[in-house]
Amino acid sequence: MTTAAKTKRDYSLVGESTRAAIETGLASAEWYHTDVPRKAMKELMQRSDGPAIRDTIIWIAAILGSAAGIVWFWGSWWVVPFLFVYGVLYGSSSDSRWHECGHGTAFRTRWMNDVVYHIASFMLMRNPVQWRWSHARHHTDTIIVGRDAEIAVMRPPDLLKAALAFTGILDFRYSLPTLVRQAFGTLSEEEKSYIPEMEQHKAVVAARWHMAVYVATIAFAIALESWQPLVLVGLPRLYGTWHMVMTGLLQHIGLADNVVDHRLNTRTVYMNPISRFIYWNMNYHVEHHIFPMVPYHALPKLHELIKHDLPEPNPSMWHAYREVWPVLLRQLKYEDFYLKRELPPTARPYRGEFHEVDMSAAE
Amino acid sequence: MADWVEACAVDDVEEEDVIRFDHGGRTFAIYRSPDDEFFATDGYCTHEKAHLADGLVMDDIIECPKHNGRFNYKTGAAKGAPVCVNLVTYPVKIEAGKVMIQI
Repeated sequence: MTTAAKTKRDYSLVGESTRAAIETGLASAEWYHTDVPRKAMKELMQRSDGPAIRDTIIWIAAILGSAAGIVWFWGSWWVVPFLFVYGVLYGSSSDSRWHECGHGTAFRTRWMNDVVYHIASFMLMRNPVQWRWSHARHHTDTIIVGRDAEIAVMRPPDLLKAALAFTGILDFRYSLPTLVRQAFGTLSEEEKSYIPEMEQHKAVVAARWHMAVYVATIAFAIALESWQPLVLVGLPRLYGTWHMVMTGLLQHIGLADNVVDHRLNTRTVYMNPISRFIYWNMNYHVEHHIFPMVPYHALPKLHELIKHDLPEPNPSMWHAYREVWPVLLRQLKYEDFYLKRELPPTARPYRGEFHEVDMSAAE
Repeated sequence: MADWVEACAVDDVEEEDVIRFDHGGRTFAIYRSPDDEFFATDGYCTHEKAHLADGLVMDDIIECPKHNGRFNYKTGAAKGAPVCVNLVTYPVKIEAGKVMIQI
């Protein structure tokens, strides 16, 4: 039974749970890996510019096309479908581009990853330096309380907050003031806990560039006496973020925390092709966490190779949310409760000492 | 004076690949470049404790399997976030079909 699971969770990155995670060996632990022959893994890891260039051309063309529709139909109801498409491309699909290019796996060519990473970071109002490091921590200490900077839904869950996340309001309210603060040269203690000192000044410079673009956009809107520039730059982070939240919440919500086996704290969900394009195959999320060096376009092959060792994927997003909802309700009363993933009978158990949590109080 | 140690047979490492070599409580990574040269570095990523031998060799780059951090395995140079600290490299020579490293 884990100590951290029995005590009240402290999600700060410099608090009691942080100390407990380090002391118990949960922090920076060795994670479970499915055995894959080196030759097969080498093939899966191979980088290629082709798929990402193709997908990026489609992505940019769709963004520019829907933006043109917004400009053209501005002032009429015909603008609504274009806002819908543009918003999702800007406020949601940017997340998976940010993610894959941050890992450096989307393109083989490094500068291509970097260019798309910076553009997508801007669209998401994420400081590209800060978030590169927070995501590295997320992979080191996935859903380890007190260590992971990217836990989307904490325990006990705040359901109102989770619902509001779909509107983008909360994220917007956090992201913009954060960029302003960082642009004035201030990093929080938590940010300093995962951004190395030698990189901290880069985070400030990046925030200043982002703010400069926003100030220019606002000035342009004032000069034009129109909301149009803001609807195209910045505000889609509000109205287009719902798809990112819908897919992204499922990555870990309701599953075990403080474990060192991604099969238990991460979820793979089969999704429709449009959502998979927007999400760049991150629906294969267990696979991504076990082998983060495999590019997004190779994840379906990786899934086929290791699915015998993983819990059964959810057949749809709807199915996954139906599974999660009662778990969240029970966590309101008993925050130690979680959805226990069933491993196949042939799967190897791993680090049982981290995985046995007493849920009897919730029964 | 550092010792020369036999790490592996030449054929144990495929072209444009890497293997792990443990010796004296330490772990090393042995690389074979696309132009058939051999190199050696410390076996762990300097960012987090991950075996570089599980990573991917691309030209003169080794990519760490954990956070995709990249190093030039010929010079040990870190190639950007999330790795900031260079790898230690070791001299390599080939003798009678064996890869020898000086540690």
